[in-house]
Amino acid sequence: MTEILTSVAGEKPAAVRLTTRRREAIAGYLFILPDALGLLVFIGLPMVLAFGISFFEVDGFGSFKFVGVANYVRMWGDPLFWTTLKTTLVFAVMLVPLLYVTGLGLALLVQRTNRFNTVMRAMFFAPQMVSLVVISLVWQLMVVDKLGVLTRLAAAVGLGSISFLGNPNIALFTVTIAGVWFLMGYYMLIFLGGLQDIPKEYYEAAKIDGASPIASFWYITLPLLRPTSFFVLLISSVAAIAGAQAFDLVYVMTRGGPANSTTLLVTYIYAQAFQYSAFGYAAAMAALLVVLMMVTTVFFFLATRGGRFDNE
Amino acid sequence: MSDVVLNDPAPQTGRQLTLVRGVWMLVTLVLALMAIFPLLYMLSIAIKAPTEVFKPNLIPAAPTPGNFLYVLTEVPFWRYLLNTFIVSAVVTVVALFFHTMAGYALARLRFPGREAIFLAMFSTLLVSLPVIIVPLFILVRALGMLNSYGGLIVPAIFNAFGIFLLRQYYLSLPRELEEAAVIDGAGYWRIYWWVILPLSRPIIAALAILFFLANWNSFLWPLTVASDPNLWVVQVAIANFKSQYAASWNYTMAASTIVALPMLVLFLVFQRQIMDSIKTSGLK
Repeated sequence: MTEILTSVAGEKPAAVRLTTRRREAIAGYLFILPDALGLLVFIGLPMVLAFGISFFEVDGFGSFKFVGVANYVRMWGDPLFWTTLKTTLVFAVMLVPLLYVTGLGLALLVQRTNRFNTVMRAMFFAPQMVSLVVISLVWQLMVVDKLGVLTRLAAAVGLGSISFLGNPNIALFTVTIAGVWFLMGYYMLIFLGGLQDIPKEYYEAAKIDGASPIASFWYITLPLLRPTSFFVLLISSVAAIAGAQAFDLVYVMTRGGPANSTTLLVTYIYAQAFQYSAFGYAAAMAALLVVLMMVTTVFFFLATRGGRFDNE
Repeated sequence: MSDVVLNDPAPQTGRQLTLVRGVWMLVTLVLALMAIFPLLYMLSIAIKAPTEVFKPNLIPAAPTPGNFLYVLTEVPFWRYLLNTFIVSAVVTVVALFFHTMAGYALARLRFPGREAIFLAMFSTLLVSLPVIIVPLFILVRALGMLNSYGGLIVPAIFNAFGIFLLRQYYLSLPRELEEAAVIDGAGYWRIYWWVILPLSRPIIAALAILFFLANWNSFLWPLTVASDPNLWVVQVAIANFKSQYAASWNYTMAASTIVALPMLVLFLVFQRQIMDSIKTSGLK
């Protein structure tokens, strides 16, 4: 890439060449300035501040008082914090495998490119166009006690009268299912991209050797899909633990209830900050969330031996 | 696009093949209908009279536009739609302007620290909004931007996703296209404006749709930064609408339909572009 520009510059006198290089550098900095500054101020700085604020007590009017590790001590002794942490992990443990299976399943179902499958893909993906606020409202309506369409369906197939969002033992599961239903179209698309990258010849060779479809799925598709799987598992885990989508879903469907059974850590952080103005305490929990996300990322990198798949 | 033959269980006869295909397609169709059922259900309730809401029929006995009229006249819904449109449009335009500039510089111009800056920008993709919402709120409050269009718009502009995609796109463009301009002695700004931007039309169109969509549907930040009802966007409005008209599901679903419909229409028109750009950009 250097050759072209220097050869062009080379046609000019030596004195100009020097300034050309400097001019290019200055232009480069000016071009990235707006985005670099914006990302620094609105993402980088808050990230640093999150840790900083966690050592202060901040009131609703914005005055700061240094309190050392008091917010972390409070976190340690707050049973609700531990409950929401557990709920978050249970949510992630349910959501991530379900998204993997449904995403991959749908992708396999519609992977042949033909007119019928193009329409089917669009139908699976369509919910992604709608906001989670709307999605949550519709699901809330579908599972209204006794009268909702899904509640009636459950009763009709002999499950009895289920209170999908009223029963603390079921509510989180209901929220998870709504989340899976919403997100699976996105992961289907990601898996379709991964499936496309697998050379067709492998399947033809396997077929000639008399391999069953199950065998070629097991020995060709899954191993070659590992980079996509890694991406899907990492992204869906981060989304489950700290995603805005999880927040939207819970905020609209249950507000964290009943009896805090669906209060995720992100929901609890939000309530502490914007309901009780405990910004310092909320920041301390957000700092823990960052650590949790880092641990998740490191876990996936270690589990896949450094995110490398080429040695397979 | 390569078709993978994996799912063809080695058929013995043509008839068996047709049968397997038929069952396969039927299963797919049923699942696809289940996938869009909640959206159809939303439409159905939106045109039902209040007394009919919980009747099991999907197609209303007496369809009525009354719910839509109510939402659009009794509630300042036009205002919310206008707010959402302004915020989404401004964020999209400004973000595309900034991101094409940054993407061009990161792909083409040489300056010390370029790779480090790119990596730093890229790493912000791992930061999710709930993690930084508290400090971001405090920051925006300190800047005096609470309850303002500025507060709704400015923090939403900066997103490394678009920068990353545009950089990739510019790296794939042949350099020869700019060379002529360089030889003519054009400055970098002129190259960007007259050569790079016109070449970016397809990716700008795809990103414009994605950005507009993301901002039209965003909820958490507008909820946090604008408590003033005059600045509510539609998502915040319908979330509040629900608590206000708890029992009137027909109104809530009509409002939801108004909010969802523009995006579903956008999807019908640009389905291919939207799905292709997400499939290839899924950061594979």
